[in-house]
Amino acid sequence: MNILEVKHLTKEFGGLTATSDINMTIKKNSITAVIGPNGAGKTTFFNMITAVYHPTSGDILLNGKSLVGLKPHQVSQFGITRTFQNIRLFENMTVLENVLVGMHQNLKSHWIGTLLQLPHIRKIEENARTTAYDILNYVGLENYVNENAGNLAYGAQRRLEIGRAIAAKPKVLLLDEPAAGMNPKETERLTNLIHDMRTKLDVTIILIEHDMNLVMKISDSIYVLDHGELIASGKPNEIRNNKKVIEAYLGKGAVSNG
Amino acid sequence: MTSLSAFFEKIAQSKKNQIILFLTYVIVTGAGLFLLPDSTIAFLLLLFSILILYYLNLNLRAKWVTGIVILAVVVPFIASFSDSYQTYMEVGTLVGIYCAMALGLNIVVGFAGLLDLGFIAFFAVGAYTYAIFASDQASKFMPFGHYPLSGGTFWIFIFIAAIVAAIFGILLGVPVLRVRGDYLAIVTLGFGEIIRILLNNMDHPINITNGSMGIASITPPSFFGISIGSSNQFYYIAFAIFLLVIYVVRKLEYSKLGRAWKAVRDNEIAAQSMGIPLVKTKLAAFAIGASFSGMMGVVFAAKQMFVDATSFTYLESTMVLVMVILGGMGSVPGVILGAAVVIILRTQVLTNISNWLSAMSSNYGISIPPALSPEKMQLLIFGILLIVFALYRTQGLIPHKNRKVDVAKLKKESEQAALTRKKTASGGADS
Repeated sequence: MNILEVKHLTKEFGGLTATSDINMTIKKNSITAVIGPNGAGKTTFFNMITAVYHPTSGDILLNGKSLVGLKPHQVSQFGITRTFQNIRLFENMTVLENVLVGMHQNLKSHWIGTLLQLPHIRKIEENARTTAYDILNYVGLENYVNENAGNLAYGAQRRLEIGRAIAAKPKVLLLDEPAAGMNPKETERLTNLIHDMRTKLDVTIILIEHDMNLVMKISDSIYVLDHGELIASGKPNEIRNNKKVIEAYLGKGAVSNG
Repeated sequence: MTSLSAFFEKIAQSKKNQIILFLTYVIVTGAGLFLLPDSTIAFLLLLFSILILYYLNLNLRAKWVTGIVILAVVVPFIASFSDSYQTYMEVGTLVGIYCAMALGLNIVVGFAGLLDLGFIAFFAVGAYTYAIFASDQASKFMPFGHYPLSGGTFWIFIFIAAIVAAIFGILLGVPVLRVRGDYLAIVTLGFGEIIRILLNNMDHPINITNGSMGIASITPPSFFGISIGSSNQFYYIAFAIFLLVIYVVRKLEYSKLGRAWKAVRDNEIAAQSMGIPLVKTKLAAFAIGASFSGMMGVVFAAKQMFVDATSFTYLESTMVLVMVILGGMGSVPGVILGAAVVIILRTQVLTNISNWLSAMSSNYGISIPPALSPEKMQLLIFGILLIVFALYRTQGLIPHKNRKVDVAKLKKESEQAALTRKKTASGGADS
């Protein structure tokens, strides 16, 4: 069953075409990788799905419903959350509060109820804190609950971003270069986490990544972008031997010489 | 030296010692004010006990009760023996008014990160809301009703003004929130000036605000038939509203809405992609912040019995902002301290130094030109203070600290929740 469909998605910035005519179908509960050289339009593609940018033309369908024209917070409420390439945490809030913000859209604690100290609102907030702690435990940050998010180490910040994103209970999770800047050990831990999230949280994962080891290891299918165009798609094995892909990464002539 | 620090450490460890020392301090400074009733220093030292109380390592509720008792009973009682009783209470009232306003601005600037340079406009809106209807001004344009309204309506007007100011907050927010950062600051500055100039000119074609003449003879509030006119009575009104404002701010700060504000402040894009509606969240900050100002505007109008647009200049907006920055953006105790420091500096310390200097110059023949008197150099002094803070203490007097949760308790609860989940799951399988 397809959860996300992208049809003829095009984005132009003035005269520059960032992505053109991208088509994708993403199966429910799959792990999909979007790869391509720098400037290929991968992050622009993510930004369009999460409504940070509006596409010039084309459509994005989540379970058959179009997401085009929505506001970013509405897309999140529809069930798509993401992490960012350049980490965007709430740096002056604690690690726990970051996860609580992730849970924002699922919490039914109105501020008037908070002011009146209604008991059920208190209960909601207490339960939210426990759930947030569970999530931190899950991503391995249970020892940093009260730390300011800005003070965390780089790898931990990446994991907190993932924790914050899954706190929103997404149907589709977009990870923008989750392994960037991680050492091999951290990357391995991340690989396990991504695998585990798919089965445990019943979530569909799309990731942008440059680490080919990671990509080949975990993806069910891979889409390759170059200069804003989709040049190849398929299973890891097919992509590994695709001429166009090798050319895009290593330049023309690389195939014949190699 | 080491023995001294060891001595302090010993005090910090024992609650009993802390209480004894604190009470001694209150009694000594209280007696000081009683014996030297006209000494501003004695009065300020007594007030300083609140700050000491804040740093004591005691139960939170006990601190609140003690603080309220000191401010509501001890200070007014001792000050009542002084000839300057009304002056002291006037200062207290002003501190209360500006604290509430600074806390309102703190929601906008400190929590939501929206720099507002026209915040005094909401104070003006509150003040005029009461002034128009509590004087015969309303009869000049209202076709029905009998004005001025009685002093008893004051209490209702506190809430009406809160709502009116909140509406103005939203009116300001809707067009303004399309811009960010420096641009937002400029637009809010413009809004503040627009409100002031409007109030100054709305005497024709329909006379609503009486223009630059201002509105005079505002009915003093009454409480069960007792007319309230003196500063010591207004002190309690300001104090009560101030307590209400602290309660609201404290509760909101760690609520879902408070977290949304801070998230928007720290990173707008990330906040949105976590499902936080940007416009609604920012408008809530503007509206709630403005409503505090509106309430205190009513108190201000009733206390002065006269309002005109000159009380709501850009300078006043800046003063409130200085209180927030000086105290510590986003820090509730800091902002309260900041407001108190600025008001006391303005009304007490600088005036006293000026008086002392002029006495010096007449007694000893040291001539200080009147242009150099500290009272007149207020702006320079606040400017220098701000520069010093920007250089050496960017976080303010009492920097903001995130509330820490009890991790051990959280862990236990989480384990318990896991256990119940397991139980219900296995129970379901059995049946």
